[in-house]
Amino acid sequence: MAGDNGVRLNRVVITGRGSVSPYGLGVKELVDSCWAGKSGVRYMDKWRSIKGLGSYLAAPVPPLDVKQLLPRVVRRTMGDMAVYATLAAQEAVQEAGFSKELLSSGKIGVSIGSTTGSPTEYDNLYQEFLPEQSIESIKSGMFFKIMGHSCAANVMAALKIKGEQWAPTSACTCSAQAIGLGYLLVSQGRQSAMICGGADEVHHSVTMVFDIIRAASHRNESPTLSPRPFDSSRDGVVCGGGSGILVLEDLDSALSRGAQIYGEITGFGHAGDPNHIANPSSEAMAGVMTAALREAGIENDKVDYINAHATGTEQGDLAEAEAIGSIVGPNVPVSSLKGHFGHTLGASGALESILILEMMQRNEILPTLNLENVDQGCKGINHITQITPSPVRTVVKNNFALGGVNVAIVFEQWSGA
Amino acid sequence: MEWSMTEEEILKRIQTIFIDEFELEPDQLTREATIFEDLELDSLDAVDMVVALEKEFGVKVKNEESLRSIRTLDDLLQLILAIRDQMNTSDQKIPS
Repeated sequence: MAGDNGVRLNRVVITGRGSVSPYGLGVKELVDSCWAGKSGVRYMDKWRSIKGLGSYLAAPVPPLDVKQLLPRVVRRTMGDMAVYATLAAQEAVQEAGFSKELLSSGKIGVSIGSTTGSPTEYDNLYQEFLPEQSIESIKSGMFFKIMGHSCAANVMAALKIKGEQWAPTSACTCSAQAIGLGYLLVSQGRQSAMICGGADEVHHSVTMVFDIIRAASHRNESPTLSPRPFDSSRDGVVCGGGSGILVLEDLDSALSRGAQIYGEITGFGHAGDPNHIANPSSEAMAGVMTAALREAGIENDKVDYINAHATGTEQGDLAEAEAIGSIVGPNVPVSSLKGHFGHTLGASGALESILILEMMQRNEILPTLNLENVDQGCKGINHITQITPSPVRTVVKNNFALGGVNVAIVFEQWSGA
Repeated sequence: MEWSMTEEEILKRIQTIFIDEFELEPDQLTREATIFEDLELDSLDAVDMVVALEKEFGVKVKNEESLRSIRTLDDLLQLILAIRDQMNTSDQKIPS
């Protein structure tokens, strides 16, 4: 791979994966649950008391025994999302085989985003502050739980990482941006490896954002049948929580360490859409997919699979189906993993990428769970509705966010070349 | 605040704060234990220690000079005892 100025850039491979998901702790739990076709969505009974809220669905991370998992000194500055990010980063770093010395060498950095700081902790802060307008009982760790770079900072502190710290905060594209950024930093040689991904947590204030703009699912009577990306009866997003982490590493570094390589990132398309702050644009979506493929040097007809962002909203799914159709036509397999475990927002790009890497290892494509009747406007592309054996060598992974953020990443199967 | 509390009762409450707040073991919490070295608290913990003490004893511990001179758990106990004595000998609700 070479930059525009002809300078050789490093190849970027994935050497570690970590997951905290609605299925629990660990990559294996995520992978096994998705291959078993399990839904991570459940009914949130306590939300019924919130006036005006109509969506009582979410895909939360099951309760964790955090006291047993993390020492107090690192835990005291963490909200749930930072806990998830740290546990996922620990798993990814362990899989990558990084020593403590390497983590603290300055050669390894962190790029982990979240939509905001912990909404649960914001809630706690204002519950404490508002009744008496008093800060007297607020603890020292509060700011570190609610700041925008809470996940990245806490991961750095917990794992003693001294490289660059980045925290893309762009809601649904946090971890896709974080992976893209890590790819750029490693390819340019600024860091030999980057711990990349994102995290978010389930809280009613997150779901209500989507409900306010009429984009949250109200299928409360049958939680596991929602969300329904691309389906004619889809009725919106189901928010989830968790964290996905990928270790991106310079190929030479990975080979010299004898690390296992799970795939390669070869293209990153990233563009804004200023036409509307909320409405998706199929042109912008197609634009970043094209840019990512061009950077990867891959012709559109060589794509084996498109991992769609599709969240189950009326407008988003239509725009993306149109964009995908315009890039790869009607035959290339397409699926969205939101049907399995909802929209984990800042975590979604990385959690879904972990599953892409698994699809590459198995040469099997996961379906869009809950897709039964393809919406008329989403036809014209090859929707996968059951686990499908198929070569998965070249994948385009989409993530789009409110605010006009569009990201596409090209993953390629690692064949030892 | 029950200012009739004995020294031992106050010490026990302080120890309970350290167990609950900083997840320390009871046998670590001797009077001689140094707060920042033996018990490994840091600047953030010190903030939370003051918040917890103020909540537990219903007083303000805003005198930074006396706080800065505290090294051991016994120093902390003496600070609270001094506040107790001050409040028992005056009508002052908030120690200076």
